[in-house]
Amino acid sequence: MIDPLELVVSICLVLSGIFGLVGSYGMVRLRDVMQQLHAPTKATTLGVGGALLASMIHFGLQEGQFTFHELLITLFLFLTAPVSAQFIAKVHMVGKLRRGDLPKPGTEGEWSIFAPPPEAGESGKAGQTRGGGKTRGVTTNPGA
Amino acid sequence: MFDRIFPHPLLSLVLTATWVALVNSVSAGTVLMGAILGVAIPHVTKAYWPGRMRLRRPLLFAEYAVVVLWDIIVANFQVAAIILFRGRDSIRSAWIPVPLEIDEPEAITILAGTITMTPGTISAVLSADGRALLVHCLDTDDPGTVRDQIKARYERRLKEIFE
Repeated sequence: MIDPLELVVSICLVLSGIFGLVGSYGMVRLRDVMQQLHAPTKATTLGVGGALLASMIHFGLQEGQFTFHELLITLFLFLTAPVSAQFIAKVHMVGKLRRGDLPKPGTEGEWSIFAPPPEAGESGKAGQTRGGGKTRGVTTNPGA
Repeated sequence: MFDRIFPHPLLSLVLTATWVALVNSVSAGTVLMGAILGVAIPHVTKAYWPGRMRLRRPLLFAEYAVVVLWDIIVANFQVAAIILFRGRDSIRSAWIPVPLEIDEPEAITILAGTITMTPGTISAVLSADGRALLVHCLDTDDPGTVRDQIKARYERRLKEIFE
């Protein structure tokens, strides 16, 4: 007799393995850095998600040790993945692309990586690259 | 007075809850330690976050979270299918500038994060004036539709939540 919970846990783990593998394979297969970025930010989310779900079901329901840690890992993953993806994208744009390779913003300004850095003492707008390390890491605009 | 002690009340609450979840036990000690962190960290980081986030309709966040979670699952299958079954050279990537209507920095941050986690798109950079977001789309024939979808599905909801 197969324990249905164990079946669910197994399915989750297999799915998680497959998605992790596909995400890594995407890094090899896709053409350029921007395309490659799509693989780890998407396909691997479900890879990690599956492992976390399996862990929650296994320890929470089968062994009766519920922990919040899986939820926290999910939260931290959702917080960090887009930020690191954005930094990789920016490094790529600054290093490999010219202004003409990108479409115009459609507003009066320029994309922030090509614009001059904001005045000292004034933190820049969200997502902007900042010269000094002082205001980095927080996307804040006091004027908004 | 309240503002001086709690520059970001919501952040304080979240930090306390995160600490309790991290320790994984609810006792007077952990809650106290969490509360100390919840008061201290907003003070230490106050200089980097001078404005205060205002949620007009926080309950809509639940709806937004469900929509985004569902889209993330769909995105995983779509991107996996593209990686596995599409020819290397038949993938048509595009840069799409998305004009923004929202101007709260927190809302833009959430939108940028959402775009990165959901189907076939990554937010790359914001314009210097904060009025447009550059999005990279993995595979599309029609960049206009992708832009309209982002605006209709995510930005509209965020606008309702924040403004």
